[in-house]
Amino acid sequence: MHSLTVDLWIPNGQAGVMSLLRPLLLDVVPTIQQTAALALGRLANYNDDLAEAVVKGDILPQLVYSLAEQNRFYKKAAAFVLRAVGKHSPQLAQAIVDCGALDTLVICLEDFDPGVKEAAAWALGYIARHNAELSQAVVDAGAVPLLVLCIQEPEIALKRIAASALSDIAKHSPELAQTVVDAGAVAHLAQMILNPDAKLKHQVLSALSQVAKHSVDLAEMVVEAEIFPVVLTCLKDKDEYVKKNACTLIREIAKHTPELSQLVVNAGGAAAVIDCIGSCKGNTRLPGIMMLGYVAAHSENLAMAVIISKGVPQLSVCLSEEPEDHIKAAAAWALGQIGRHTPEHARAVAVTNTLPVLLSLYMSTESSEDLQVKSKKAIKNILQKCTYLPALEPFLYDAPPNILKHVVGQFSKVLPHDSKARRLFVTSGGLKKVQEIKAEPGSLLQDYINSINNCYPEEIVRYYSPGYSDTLLQRVDSYQPLIN
Amino acid sequence: MSSSGIYQVAYYTMMMNLYNAMAVRIQRRWRGYRVRKYLFNYYYLKEYLRVVSETNDAIRCRRKKIASHGNQRKALEEFAEMKEREEKKANLEREEKKRDYQARKMHYLLSTKQIPGIYNSPFRKEPDPWELQLQKAKPLTHQRPKVKQKYSTSLTDWLACTSARSFPRSEILPPINRKKCQGPFRDITEVLEQRYKPLEPTLRVAEPIDELKLAREDLRRKEWLRNVNDNMFLPFSSYHKNEKYIPSMHLSSKYSPISHKEQFRSEDPKKWICDKDFQTVLPSFELFSKYGKLYSKAGQIV
Repeated sequence: MHSLTVDLWIPNGQAGVMSLLRPLLLDVVPTIQQTAALALGRLANYNDDLAEAVVKGDILPQLVYSLAEQNRFYKKAAAFVLRAVGKHSPQLAQAIVDCGALDTLVICLEDFDPGVKEAAAWALGYIARHNAELSQAVVDAGAVPLLVLCIQEPEIALKRIAASALSDIAKHSPELAQTVVDAGAVAHLAQMILNPDAKLKHQVLSALSQVAKHSVDLAEMVVEAEIFPVVLTCLKDKDEYVKKNACTLIREIAKHTPELSQLVVNAGGAAAVIDCIGSCKGNTRLPGIMMLGYVAAHSENLAMAVIISKGVPQLSVCLSEEPEDHIKAAAAWALGQIGRHTPEHARAVAVTNTLPVLLSLYMSTESSEDLQVKSKKAIKNILQKCTYLPALEPFLYDAPPNILKHVVGQFSKVLPHDSKARRLFVTSGGLKKVQEIKAEPGSLLQDYINSINNCYPEEIVRYYSPGYSDTLLQRVDSYQPLIN
Repeated sequence: MSSSGIYQVAYYTMMMNLYNAMAVRIQRRWRGYRVRKYLFNYYYLKEYLRVVSETNDAIRCRRKKIASHGNQRKALEEFAEMKEREEKKANLEREEKKRDYQARKMHYLLSTKQIPGIYNSPFRKEPDPWELQLQKAKPLTHQRPKVKQKYSTSLTDWLACTSARSFPRSEILPPINRKKCQGPFRDITEVLEQRYKPLEPTLRVAEPIDELKLAREDLRRKEWLRNVNDNMFLPFSSYHKNEKYIPSMHLSSKYSPISHKEQFRSEDPKKWICDKDFQTVLPSFELFSKYGKLYSKAGQIV
């Protein structure tokens, strides 16, 4: 009886197993009850069919009923079963809520033993993870103040689980996040950022970012908890998840208003994030790239601040070496936001030779639609302000017509005023290329070409127009030499 | 004559053109100043960018230090150090402000040419540092005492005849040299005085009859506000048990103290018209309420 552990999985006999285990839960010997509960938990943990079988076998009400009265080992095992059932799908979690388990779990949160508290908090976290109604049910059961108390306990594992549960509750809607803030969680979470444990930090940062992402007021409340500049030290942590979550937190704060972005930049956040992007690879970079894009999008001063923090070379490195399309799309978007404000900004982006890369991404057939759209927008926005001609010249050769229009437009704006540029334009073969462009008369492109041609004397224009050598030879043919 | 009219029009047009041209010059200068100062201040932007890059460098080299030490505790210590420094700075500033305020208050202790002040004793080699502080401080002017508006709730507030509905009062005073209406009218000031005469209630009306009871209720209410719990502390642990006290044989005798009511008055509740007993209230003196008001203008002595 005492050695009953069901580690072997019986494929078609789940129903049989459940009906065998159920009466053992009511056994006189407490160790048997605990082991039976543990067995059920492990079964339910394995896959969701077994979890459904646990629910269908009416085991949950029995568990919930005896949860209130038993010793701490049983409580831990029963909470483990509830967690294992609740993690698979929202319907199973709803079944757990329907059998009244939330109140007993909340009572377990007040228990003395930290293991019981941890198991209860874990179960509540998994239930609240699925959707907003379940989160609201967990909040209505009064779990949030107790979770905030759990965060202050000395055990690290309990802190981690409580932080993760708060993060799962707060992520669904602004009202839920407001509930978490009203319980005073933000101050405690902010203090725990300095804790050396990596997993705890990553849960805490995730919780803060879920709170801050919903609205400006919530983001301001998180900032008021004095997380800057401590969060910037987390960006240099060895653990990848800590870096990613720290970048996510800074991004959620910076995206709301220009004032918040300004605060982040003033604290040195731009440089820290840029260094962090440089030190990671893959999906970990994505929140950092998006953060730079949001900051640069708010105003041109902030975009200039990103440029002087040496953000553009880093972003172009990301653009060229990352294999995944969504990260490239994010980098393209961020570069577009940086370069679209003034000619200074566009020049800063163009100098790093990113425009050809963007063009190739736009033209390549392998890029996803999202990437193509974003790179096209970025190119358009940058080109409309770019007056740095050496970067524009390669575009004359391989750009598609819709982009070519903008390129030629920019040339037509710059060339009338700059004589050195005109000379360079001729010697580098740009004028020749422009003459070869076929444009419909009366279109915008033709207007631009005409204004470029008006900058040069007629002989030069005629010299570079296509077919000039043929006309010259024709003249030779038709020339009557003077016979004297 | 029409020709002079044409000249006048031409002159007028020329002057207006001149004024407009001058106005354009003035506006050009003003707009340039405004844009450069408030809308886009180039030097401010450059300064801001410089500060941002300095902060970035500080963060980068601090983080390099941390990364090379490879210890998060360093980050904690650095952060704590920075906080400490900031706090010390704030403390110093507060001290400075306090000293400055004190120096301003003690400005009169500064030494004059003839008489050295207390901080500038001739027996010292050099004056006390307070002397220099006093020299730097500006003298403090008296703060004019703020006139507090006292909210007096008098009977006039609830009497209908002086309400704003029946006698509307405007906030602005009537003009000084208003022309007198023609006719056998009284002086306007007298009329207004009579109209807006404040109420002079008698003594009996002015104080409520059960003022003492009201005051007691008020006190009890105030005390109740302060209570955390409404359950009163009981004097001893078995107080809630309503056991009637059974006195011992020796103590229960006929000779117990009697209440004053029984001593002085004999009551017969059957003869009472209503259930309540008389209220112990002293009537006011009618004589005093008529003081100064017989056959006289209001408020003046007979």
